[in-house]
Amino acid sequence: MYSGEEMVDLLLELGITHVVWIPDSTFGEWDDAFTRSEQVELVQVCREGEAWAIAAGLYLGGARPLVVIQCTGMFESGDALRNAVHDYGLPLFGIVGYRSYLNSETLPGDTCLRFTEPILAAWDIPSVFIDEVGKKPLLQEHYRSCQQGGHAGIVLMAEGRA
Amino acid sequence: MPLPEALRVLQAHRQDSVVISTMGAAREWAKLDPSPLDFVYVPSSMGQAPSLGLGVALAQPARRVIICNGDGCMLMNLGSLVTITAAGAKNLVLVVVENGIYEVTGGQATAAAAARREDGESLCFADMARACGFTSVFEFTALDDWAARCEEVINQPGPVFICLKVEWAEGDVSPRSPGPASERVARFMEAVQL
Repeated sequence: MYSGEEMVDLLLELGITHVVWIPDSTFGEWDDAFTRSEQVELVQVCREGEAWAIAAGLYLGGARPLVVIQCTGMFESGDALRNAVHDYGLPLFGIVGYRSYLNSETLPGDTCLRFTEPILAAWDIPSVFIDEVGKKPLLQEHYRSCQQGGHAGIVLMAEGRA
Repeated sequence: MPLPEALRVLQAHRQDSVVISTMGAAREWAKLDPSPLDFVYVPSSMGQAPSLGLGVALAQPARRVIICNGDGCMLMNLGSLVTITAAGAKNLVLVVVENGIYEVTGGQATAAAAARREDGESLCFADMARACGFTSVFEFTALDDWAARCEEVINQPGPVFICLKVEWAEGDVSPRSPGPASERVARFMEAVQL
């Protein structure tokens, strides 16, 4: 939906210092731009639970992290998310890719379409949904709103491939 | 070696390091003289202490970050060993206190312990760390050996991995939160960002 360069510009505008992520087939297109950026540090994890905990540590240490994972990773990382956001009240922010939302040809009947929104709601984290290019300002607005409110936030971003 | 004594050795040499402790190590660390640079990670997401410590280490590269983790916790997040070395956190020291059991839940053997292995041999956490890219790797069984070398090994080029073979604890083994999480977060952030 957005190029890597667009995302880097956006992260710099928001003051993001670290991106903690696992690329999927959509977000993976941002890899080169993230890697080239000298102002945003990329931290690649092996499993998504690590991402929330690393982001928590970064925040405690004074950095401003962003977690970027697919919805499947959000499913896997629930306990780490719960602990950082609800036990410790850290205002972590993430972009979560909504697998198959725009195109389910790769994975017909993908159950991500059934579970992503209910699970996100269950974690009780304010979220906005970006399902078309023109909604990009929602990301900045939501990030700033969450930071000002001192609470966590998630941008659910529609994806078209697995 | 007894866990409380092993941690007292570490405390004596920590200087101004951040120390993040979890599970059994958190229980014992919380009994020592507190420092504003302690983060007793209770409640935890089990397995995530090394990742939490990596985040602090990356945000504060001039400050040494020591993580006291359990072996059961380590098994829940072995990928973090790879993540830590990929991130190249030179200021990170990961201490695994290995007793072969899930102490807090009543002493069941971990999957890496000899009791769960067909060949009766426990898996080696130091070897796992080496395979995941750690180059400064140490293992101690005897308390006097650990006491003699602690200062030297925690000052090795990081990331550093240390496995301490510790004895089972008896009695009340549950770690307890030392206070409201939000207050502890605020105090720790203030101390670590000075």
